Amino acid sequence: MAMAAENLMVQNPETSDHKMIARDVSVYYGEAQALKNVDLDIGRNEVTSLIGPSGCGKSTFLRCLNRMNDVIDGCRVVGDITLDGHDIYDTKLDVVQLRARVGMVFQKPNPFPKSIYDNIAYGPRIHGLGEAKSDTDEIVERSLTRAGLWKEVKDRLDKPGTGLSGGQQQRLCIARAIAVNPEVILMDEPCSALDPIATAKIEELIDELRQNFTIVIVTHSMQQAARVSQKTAFFHLGDLVECGDTQQLFTNPNDERTQGYITGRFG
Amino acid sequence: MSLLILAATLLLLTLAGYYMGRGRSVAVSGGSTHRLHSRPQYYGVYVALWCGMPSFLLLALWLALEPQIVEMILVSNLPSNILELSEDQKALVINQITHLALGGIVGGNITPEMEAAARDYAAMRQTGFAAMAVLVLCIAIAGLALGRKRIATTLRARNQVETVVSAVMIVASTIAIATTVGIVLSLLFEASRFFTKVPVTDFLFGLQWSPQTALREGQVGGSGAFGMLPLFAGTLLITFIAMCVAVPVGLYSAIYMSEYAGPRMRAVAKPILEVLAGIPTVVYGFFAALTVAPFFRNTGQALSLDVSSESALAAGMVIGIMSIPFVSSLSDDVMNSVPQTLRDGAYALGATKSETIKQVVLPAALPGIVGSVLLAVSRAIGETMIVVMAAGLAANLTANPLEAVTTVTVQIVTLLVGDQEFDSAKTLSAFALGLMLFVVTLTLNVIALRVVRKYREKYD
Repeated sequence: MAMAAENLMVQNPETSDHKMIARDVSVYYGEAQALKNVDLDIGRNEVTSLIGPSGCGKSTFLRCLNRMNDVIDGCRVVGDITLDGHDIYDTKLDVVQLRARVGMVFQKPNPFPKSIYDNIAYGPRIHGLGEAKSDTDEIVERSLTRAGLWKEVKDRLDKPGTGLSGGQQQRLCIARAIAVNPEVILMDEPCSALDPIATAKIEELIDELRQNFTIVIVTHSMQQAARVSQKTAFFHLGDLVECGDTQQLFTNPNDERTQGYITGRFG
Repeated sequence: MSLLILAATLLLLTLAGYYMGRGRSVAVSGGSTHRLHSRPQYYGVYVALWCGMPSFLLLALWLALEPQIVEMILVSNLPSNILELSEDQKALVINQITHLALGGIVGGNITPEMEAAARDYAAMRQTGFAAMAVLVLCIAIAGLALGRKRIATTLRARNQVETVVSAVMIVASTIAIATTVGIVLSLLFEASRFFTKVPVTDFLFGLQWSPQTALREGQVGGSGAFGMLPLFAGTLLITFIAMCVAVPVGLYSAIYMSEYAGPRMRAVAKPILEVLAGIPTVVYGFFAALTVAPFFRNTGQALSLDVSSESALAAGMVIGIMSIPFVSSLSDDVMNSVPQTLRDGAYALGATKSETIKQVVLPAALPGIVGSVLLAVSRAIGETMIVVMAAGLAANLTANPLEAVTTVTVQIVTLLVGDQEFDSAKTLSAFALGLMLFVVTLTLNVIALRVVRKYREKYD
């Protein structure tokens, strides 16, 4: 633990290459250990993909990064996770502010049963961004534009968000997440409920968002990981087996479990 | 008694039909039941239906029509001196004859003609029953044989059984609708009789409620006043007070139980709250009359307020407490069914728990919450016992919760309790009140449905 802390001190955290750093993270659901001593660095303005077979702990790790595990009964997280050098499990830290900085997009699109406009405006409103109507209008338009949805929905902003197609709903959720201007966006299998065309749009979007955000994505599709990410981490049975440049991990993995998974021998 | 034996025999035959049908279908298939169109038990039910349905229908028909037919025959055979009597006396004689036939104790003059008629009547009923029993049993056995004979591997037994079952379901749902329509029609009919005695405008807009009718000419205090406004004002006042208690308390406890309480707390608290709904209203009534009302009066005296010993406030408060479980339990269920993904979505945007509840969970659960409040409102409007005991019978037109008021339901009770003649304005006014109450609750429901449909935030 002490060594990890020293490592964190070497560079100025605000400008370090690593936006988030996890050290020795273990997660328990009651008695069962879902994640075992994971060390992982999340690069700034990079897309990091987490891959691995079902139940390997990748979603659990993702949910540690904005403390969404807090809402699960009996879930316990040990270890250090820092955001720009600050411990996010610090008792002094307000989880609400953390989640405003580390947004999340879920596996199943979950727009609120409100209008498209209110779906986007919800986050900025609760955080006091855009007090005036014109400010909110601007945030809504900008977020929808960045999510590539503006042209499709600009004439029906007052219609319910649940009336959109699955792919549009997911982009609405991404727009909703970027409306609060987070620094990191976590995506938990964002394309698993979508068709290939909608998936292609979201992948394009992820690549564009990388300019401004740090992105961590959990995916079951290795092609997707290869297409969108710069770094890839392979989880297996709660262990972080291997982590490295996506190119290198897919062409020349160090561990034979990784080799087995990416060539389709298991998982 | 013999009817019971007949019904039991029919049931046994039907049961036998089931096993015969099932056995027969297996035999027809030659042991390999996959050759049958339907599974064997459907053939069993098929034969049982053939055996039981026509015979039970005939039995029911006979039970419904037999008394009238036998009585008609009895009347047509009566000697002419009885037939010449007035309608009322004839009915009395016929009553005496039937009692005589059944071996009851009969007062009055029994003439030999009447005794003869009674013997005829008894004999007729016995032979009629015997004939019917034989016929019903024959039909049952014939149905059994026919159903069994029709069994073949190609018989679509399942489809036919399902048709019968769906017909039964349609009949079951029609019964509820027909009953409602019948009640509404009878209310309308009796209320229109009332309105021939008392003008509609007097009833709808009258400010006085004092339902008496003179029994004889020139009776003192015999002129009644049938203005419903004091009663509806009382009902609305009590309902309003009740909702002021039930809605906030119920909603807050629902929010606590569904969003904040741990599973163990919920498992204990929810059933206990639901026990409140199981307490008979009479118990709430004496709680209201003996504890709450005197408490308010004493408190009022201490504050030098004039609180009547039976007050709208006491009744309303207790009705409100009674309604808490309706609001809390239903709202809790609805809020629990709001998907967790919606809450996660709000949390992931950095919403606090209370923001999530106020802006995501409550709007999504709104239709159910409104429904639960409506249920509580209709309970409060229809509540009688607590009001009788705690709010009194004085029809005051007032908005002051500290005075005694009365409600529509309480007045209906007092109008119809005891020996009453059913053609006076006094008793008929009960039907008019019932009709108005029905109209009011119906309107409330329609409005609430509209509101819900307009503002609901649907999730899927």
